[in-house]
Amino acid sequence: MFSFELLLDAVVIGVLLGCFYAAVSLGLSISFGLLDVPHVAHPAFLVLASYGVYLLNEHYGIDPLVAGLMITPLFFLFGLAAYRLYYETFERRGTDAGVRGIAFFFGVAFIIEVLIILQFGVDQRSVTAAYVGKAWRLGDMRIPFRLVVAFVVAAALTILLTLYLSKTFMGRAIRAVAQDQEALRLMGANPIRIKQWAFGIATAVLGIAGALLIIVAPVEPTLDRTYIGRTFCVVVMAGLGSMSGTLVAAIILGVAETIVLTLFGASWAPAISFAMLLGVLAVRPQGLFGRRS
Amino acid sequence: MKRNDIYFSIGAALFLAGALLMTQVIGNQYPFFACYVILQFIVLAVAWSILGGYAGYVNFGTSAFFGMGVYTAVFLFKAFGAPLAVQIAAAAAVGALMGFALGFLTLRMQGIYFSIATIALTIIIETTITNWRFVGGASGIQMQRPPVTAPFDSYVQMLFFVQALLVVLAVGIARYIQNSWIGRGLQALKDDELAAECTGVPTLRLKLLACVVSGALMCAAGAPAAMYLQYADPASAFNLNYSVSALAMSLIGGTAHWAGPIIGAILLGSTQQLLTVTISSEVNVLVLGVMLVLFVVAAPEGIIGLIRRVRGNRSEGKT
Repeated sequence: MFSFELLLDAVVIGVLLGCFYAAVSLGLSISFGLLDVPHVAHPAFLVLASYGVYLLNEHYGIDPLVAGLMITPLFFLFGLAAYRLYYETFERRGTDAGVRGIAFFFGVAFIIEVLIILQFGVDQRSVTAAYVGKAWRLGDMRIPFRLVVAFVVAAALTILLTLYLSKTFMGRAIRAVAQDQEALRLMGANPIRIKQWAFGIATAVLGIAGALLIIVAPVEPTLDRTYIGRTFCVVVMAGLGSMSGTLVAAIILGVAETIVLTLFGASWAPAISFAMLLGVLAVRPQGLFGRRS
Repeated sequence: MKRNDIYFSIGAALFLAGALLMTQVIGNQYPFFACYVILQFIVLAVAWSILGGYAGYVNFGTSAFFGMGVYTAVFLFKAFGAPLAVQIAAAAAVGALMGFALGFLTLRMQGIYFSIATIALTIIIETTITNWRFVGGASGIQMQRPPVTAPFDSYVQMLFFVQALLVVLAVGIARYIQNSWIGRGLQALKDDELAAECTGVPTLRLKLLACVVSGALMCAAGAPAAMYLQYADPASAFNLNYSVSALAMSLIGGTAHWAGPIIGAILLGSTQQLLTVTISSEVNVLVLGVMLVLFVVAAPEGIIGLIRRVRGNRSEGKT
């Protein structure tokens, strides 16, 4: 029943899928990993971006990736506003921010979900593009083209963000604010403005990630619930805020998912990321490449 | 303090007598269908606030416990034809065990990690049940109600009264916890866990206790739902809507006092019942989400907090 070819197949697909998971988790890696914002609504923002891409693709026939780029600036502004609201209502007041912050983002996720249902219905939506539905044959192996596209874009996105965070002034400032906010304040910088900028970037990345999400598979309004598991699993496993770690962790998750899928069937798929998340939290809560001890 | 206890007992007895009277007087079945759901949410919200309100641990896993209660009842009924009381008692035991396991595994985690872990628990249990053929798997299972026992005319009336009993039980426990050293200990660890630990509060044991009690009540609240709907399937039994409802009702009512979750559940529950009758269920969830966000942003202490503020202003005016 189980052969070597099947395993190889699963691993290759898993690596491609993993890169895609990295792309959808990068934003969370910044917002939750670096900024400590309990951003449970991250997957809901992601699905929202997918529907934006769907709208542009369906009505104007724009290529999904281009559409993703087009909504990126909008999402950047959206992220700036979201962080401002979060900061003013929770971080600045301080008391009890944890409980209410989480509840706040959970509520926001629900609102987004329902608004999508009211606007688009509960049916699955997908995009049309030249590369959706085609496959690339490599011997006996069949590699869907949409996964290859996701892989390339995800890899580019990870490299760009890593470079941004390590080479540019603003990127370094973001990493500094994650390490010691007070020190930054003493040096005359405004940590809140930097965090707001970072949250904007984290949300902007979701524009592209949303495009990938709807390229890889059809989306539905409640899809964000499964992606809570996947994105948080990747970010926690990576060790909060490590970009290259995010890529490695996402590939581990992708390979694990495809192997379980081939062995036990699709009905077990939703539990894998959550089970891995629990495992990581129990065994190595600082993640594989953790910045904290 | 003593006098308050007496008042509370009288209130609870009156509430139960009223519920019983309702089943004898009202012939129409609809009020029972609607009120059952509200009562169920009171139990869930009160149970949620024991861990989420007093201890400050945001539990997204209400639906895991609720669904587990549903499926404990389904399993016992299908395997042994167990009566309702046994189903509920067993569900409470399962819930207590689950709460203990959850607490044991996760309570060393704080804040968001605990919350995410509870979502994870929900999805993992849901997936397991989905793959378990005996209780119907993904497609769900039909339940045939047994004949009803006197003094009730219909099964729904009986379920309604049973849920009313659970409400009294849940509120009694929550009230006891709030007024005893347990509640004060939980409050202390909510404010500052390290400081509480240092001053000798047994934080881990208290959190475990809160998890066990909260889990048992949630599971017990879910057990009658299988018979109420005469049907159970994993997607609806483990629906995250239960989690967000319990959380929203507690936070909107206010978690500082045991009455808060009751107020929140009655307010939101009846609004939802009205909306479900007139508009679609999506609007329902929308109202829930918007109310939750509004309250969390604008009135962080909930309705209880608003009442206290009004009272405080009034007494300040007098002096």
